[in-house]
Amino acid sequence: MPDAAGLELIAAEINERHPGAILGTYYEHDQACLIAEPEKIREVLAWLRDTPGQEYTFLASVHGADYLPAVPRFGVHYELLNMARVERIRVRAAVHDPAAEGGPYPLGEEPLPEVPSITDEWPTANHQEREVYDMFGIVFRGHPDLRRILMPEDYVGWPQRRDFPIGGEPVIFTNNEREVPGWTQ
Amino acid sequence: MEIKREKVRSALPLDEPPAPSNLRIRQLRARDLLRGELSEEELEQLVSEQTFTTRLDKVLNWGRANAVFPATFGLACCAIEMMSIVSPRYDIARFGAEAMRASPRQADLLILSGRVSIKMAPVVRRLYDQMLEPKWVMSMGACSSSGGMFQNYAVVQGADKFLPVDIHVPGCPPRPEAVLYGFNKLQRMIQGNPDPGWRARYNAHGTEEWAREYGTLTDEAREAYAAAHEAAKQAADLIPEEAEAEAGASPEERTEPVAGRSGRGVGRFI
Repeated sequence: MPDAAGLELIAAEINERHPGAILGTYYEHDQACLIAEPEKIREVLAWLRDTPGQEYTFLASVHGADYLPAVPRFGVHYELLNMARVERIRVRAAVHDPAAEGGPYPLGEEPLPEVPSITDEWPTANHQEREVYDMFGIVFRGHPDLRRILMPEDYVGWPQRRDFPIGGEPVIFTNNEREVPGWTQ
Repeated sequence: MEIKREKVRSALPLDEPPAPSNLRIRQLRARDLLRGELSEEELEQLVSEQTFTTRLDKVLNWGRANAVFPATFGLACCAIEMMSIVSPRYDIARFGAEAMRASPRQADLLILSGRVSIKMAPVVRRLYDQMLEPKWVMSMGACSSSGGMFQNYAVVQGADKFLPVDIHVPGCPPRPEAVLYGFNKLQRMIQGNPDPGWRARYNAHGTEEWAREYGTLTDEAREAYAAAHEAAKQAADLIPEEAEAEAGASPEERTEPVAGRSGRGVGRFI
């Protein structure tokens, strides 16, 4: 695990090599995280994998997050692991929501945020990027087969987003039978 | 060579009430009946003593209720409880339903043992459609009956949104005794009311297996098919105006179909 100072060094080195790639860092609970520009996520991950002395060769997980009131709204997290030193580092692509301006859009027709896919470099990301797309509606540009993986393929909406309506479907019990007519005769 | 037969039956007067000690005599009478050697008077007496008459559909339903084949089909954690009803401790064999069938074509009871996700719902419906009639569905546990604790985007809020459920067993999960009790109630339902009326409720006349256009139909089946489709058509014509008017008029006489409630066409299977 790089400590807080080591994390700053890594960030500075990446920014030197790829200017503007790292937007910030944070270090909490002994976990190091780089906040990256989504368009340069491929360069950042490749740098962390290929640079001698870093060698984070194992992509442990790709997942999404929705920080709704915050801007940028979405995060795509890449958890990297150096298996020789057992060191982990997290890269978070901070993704803007194009649907924030304009709208309101009908459900399922909003413009979707885009992130370059890393599936050709890290084959393990294939299904995980599909899951992020399925749950958050983040499009991975260049993914070989981007379609829903957990929800039915004709599903409308992105169910893990914070503004996705939960509930709302009436469930019939004897106490509310009158309000939901037509269920029983 | 001549076979000497016992003539015991003549030893007992016909109007003698049947008693355990007369068992041998009655056995011999039954043998003579099968050989066709009983006289008319004796024959009538024997038949009135030893047979009873009933209606054919009653016998059919009695047989159906006591030889139910459940499908080997588990959806979630309730399936563990469902498995244990076959165990010697609970033993559903006492009620004649221990033969779990791994194919929907051989099963006639579908136990929905767990939450039905919306991705699984078409599969369950297809399994149900593949079962031969008569068929029954038991919704086991809170999740398949109402969605249970999963009121979210992934789970169908009650399996009777997409197939007709005959009996709901509450619990989370229900104990095996509860499942057995529900099954007993289902047996009683099969014997007492063989038509649960779901075809009318789900607007599904014409979906009977025998009414589908497979191969050549007999004239009888073709007539029934036409009649069923006529009924379905009339029911469909009822939907927009009359059903809503009735729904507004009296809550007891609502005939609005399920589709009208969710607005997504769920529950209409014509």
